[in-house]
Amino acid sequence: MWGGRKLSSSGNRFLGVLRSRCWGTQAEGARLTSSAENQVSWTPQTKPRVFSEYRIMWFKSYRMTFACLNRMKIYRYPWRRLYSTSQTTVDNSEIKTFLALAHRWWDEQGVYAPLHSMNDLRVPFIRDNLLKTVAHHQPGKPLSGMKILDVGCGGGLLSEPLGRLGASVIGIDPVDENIKIAQHHKSFDPVLDKRIEYRACSLEEMVEETAETCDAVVASEVVEHVIDLETFLQCCCQVLKPGGSLFITTINKTQLSYALGIVFSEQIAGIVPKGTHTWEKFVSPEKLESILESNGLSVQTVAGMLYNPLSGYWHWSENTSLNYAAHAVKSTGQEHPVPAEFVFKGETEELRDKDSTNPGLQEELKK
Amino acid sequence: MPEPVPLPREPLILPAQVGRDRFLIGLLFARSISGTEAGPTQLAIGELCSGSAAKGGSNGAPSTLQVSTMAGRLAVSRWRAAPSAAGRGPLLSCRRWSGAKADTVYDVVVSGGGLVGAAMACALGYDIHFHDKKILLLEAGPKKVWEKLPETYSNRVSSISPGSATLLSSFGAWDHICNMRYRAFRRMQVWDACSEALIMFDKDNLDDMGYIVENDVIMCALTKQLEAVSDRVTVLYRSKAVSYTWPYPFTMADSSPWVHITLGDGSTLQTKLLIGADGHNSGVRQAAGIKNVSWNYDQSAVVATLHLSEATENNVAWQRFLPSGPIALLPLSDTLSSLVWSTSHEHAAELVGMDEEKFVDTINSAFWSDANHTDFIDSASSVLQSVVGFLRPTKVSARQLPPSVARVDARSRVLFPLGLGHAAEYVRPRLALIGDAAHRVHPLAGQGVNMGFGDVSSLVHHLSAAAFNGKDLGSMSHLTGYETDRQRHNTALLAATDLLKRFYSTSAAPLVLLRTWGLQATNAVSPLKEQIMAFASK
Repeated sequence: MWGGRKLSSSGNRFLGVLRSRCWGTQAEGARLTSSAENQVSWTPQTKPRVFSEYRIMWFKSYRMTFACLNRMKIYRYPWRRLYSTSQTTVDNSEIKTFLALAHRWWDEQGVYAPLHSMNDLRVPFIRDNLLKTVAHHQPGKPLSGMKILDVGCGGGLLSEPLGRLGASVIGIDPVDENIKIAQHHKSFDPVLDKRIEYRACSLEEMVEETAETCDAVVASEVVEHVIDLETFLQCCCQVLKPGGSLFITTINKTQLSYALGIVFSEQIAGIVPKGTHTWEKFVSPEKLESILESNGLSVQTVAGMLYNPLSGYWHWSENTSLNYAAHAVKSTGQEHPVPAEFVFKGETEELRDKDSTNPGLQEELKK
Repeated sequence: MPEPVPLPREPLILPAQVGRDRFLIGLLFARSISGTEAGPTQLAIGELCSGSAAKGGSNGAPSTLQVSTMAGRLAVSRWRAAPSAAGRGPLLSCRRWSGAKADTVYDVVVSGGGLVGAAMACALGYDIHFHDKKILLLEAGPKKVWEKLPETYSNRVSSISPGSATLLSSFGAWDHICNMRYRAFRRMQVWDACSEALIMFDKDNLDDMGYIVENDVIMCALTKQLEAVSDRVTVLYRSKAVSYTWPYPFTMADSSPWVHITLGDGSTLQTKLLIGADGHNSGVRQAAGIKNVSWNYDQSAVVATLHLSEATENNVAWQRFLPSGPIALLPLSDTLSSLVWSTSHEHAAELVGMDEEKFVDTINSAFWSDANHTDFIDSASSVLQSVVGFLRPTKVSARQLPPSVARVDARSRVLFPLGLGHAAEYVRPRLALIGDAAHRVHPLAGQGVNMGFGDVSSLVHHLSAAAFNGKDLGSMSHLTGYETDRQRHNTALLAATDLLKRFYSTSAAPLVLLRTWGLQATNAVSPLKEQIMAFASK
């Protein structure tokens, strides 16, 4: 018996990449040129073994791109910068990376396989934490009646399971192509078609019309791609109802996440497409917590997630130094801390009982 | 007929990817006959098989040793094979759908409304996480309605294990069966015709070992439960699926991701998951092009309903291994028992044709006669018996004789052919096979329908968890979980049953000696017997 272990497609790719790296650079050259479209000034002939040289070159090229694009943005739309009060949090260079792979979203054994299997962790995480806030739920549709905003929904990988569980989902993504793919995919299922709505816009554009209407906001694998984290989280908070939940999954900024998350996953094993992540943009849970607290969101859970590239499955873990998931709740606006609140409630109930027997006293109290 | 289009495959890197337990199935049963396209490796094996068949084996199936050497060669050839030849074979006779989406999209369609298919539809209908899903059951036959329970017992009965009874009670069908009729048995005696060796199974705490229920009674109970949940489960009687169209691996422009089914009356439906429960000649399995390892035994089973000479407590199941095949007597009531006698085709035809008195005499002598005993074997077995008696003096297992048969119900004698079958894959994207469509077994261990019910409970468990996680029901991630679970259990049981059948088919002295001693030793070791019972009652 093989112990039921299968080599997942990502495991296959990982081993395939190892094999090609050991035995020949022919395949390597071909792979590099295909991803060269996403990268500016990338030389396909670089030997992958010289890591430090490689890293410096890659950083330089990336920084140049980033700097160029930023400058270009300023020069192209100076009037926007002058008159708009909200900065956009969308990073155009990130958009290019995702555009190239838009058609592969729904291939469960393709490049996005790790995201598909992450659903096994994030959907129960969201579902269970939302169910805690309701007294009872309908069997078969546990999230019915909930409005969820999925920021950076991509091809709708997370929106669809949430829709199947009964929630009304609005999925937004700055990349038009992603929204098109997501729309196309949900159009075949009449139930999902009604429950999910996709829009190609950024979060800032949504804030005015959806202020304080969502039961939950989900920003999964998004905060490591935005430019301005503070504004982004502020907007998330504005969209939430009081008592609403914010769910974030992202990557920690540590030495380990650099070694495993960037060098190993992107460059050696090909688990994540090259250029997807920038280590500078990774967010540590402490930083995330501080920004969330300053916006009036109290962090309830932070849990680490680990990906096993050979089996293709994710696992919860105590260790948050790689990937982690966070759940925060927007405060309901009451002044008193929770224990005192209970006491206070008890007292007001007692008073109310007394009042009902003595209407005269009630009028006195009102005065 | 359109060209079959092979699906794009991930290149094979390690033999672990050849297919988990499918690799083991290849090891055990390296011969595939049923008319599917044979790749170059299979053709070579096929030649080897036909070569060996010409040499030996009266029933045409290769011996176990030949099978394992062939399997070894199959494994090696797969290892060295080009990546494109490995992995799941190309879908045969598949047509791609790229048409309109006006039909109802069902969440699950179960094709085949037999015992296992109806149980599957019922279990899903009563599952709490399927409350807003649409389920359809397609049954080719008419709806069987009973106003009241018929007086005569049906001749087709099944031995229901405690695990299957638990499944049936989970959606309330077992209560209906209890209200109709069933028979619990507490002991099972299995013994050899060529020696004194026997094995007696019973549970220490006098629990029921299993239940003998008529197939019609189970069907009626399932139908009643399906009617009660008709808002979620739709049943279409007299409808047979004529063709299936499979989706592309992932959504490409304008191609529907669902399975399209065309019924005999021309209507079409779409489904996110198709479950094939249509018996050992499964149309779903053939349409999907899943390779099926199968061979026919040179045996047919004769079933009949027998009246006993006198009313007894009748809670013991009896099975005797004759050289021609096993004969079993299963209790139905105090005065009635059901007969299942697997024997050669000619003998079976003779049994069905002979007159009643002669038939009854043949049965009685089959159970009671010691004509096949030889002195050598008898002395050898008594030697072991004394050794066992010395080591465990408290254990007494004298051979008991089953009750004698007085007469047989008119028109209850029927015969049907036997064979073995096992599908190489139980699942494909948006497709799962359960019951006889996935595996077909000899009735000597009474496990056929129990394996099917085990498939049902495993698949419902995986689908329920997937539905609660909002997953796409046809996604391979949980379907492969079901396949791994069940292939492990079923492969072991199929192999054991096949081995037992072959082992007990001879009367050659060395093999008889081996099996006599083996049976006596197993009978003496209670933990081993308990393990066997536990495995068989899952």
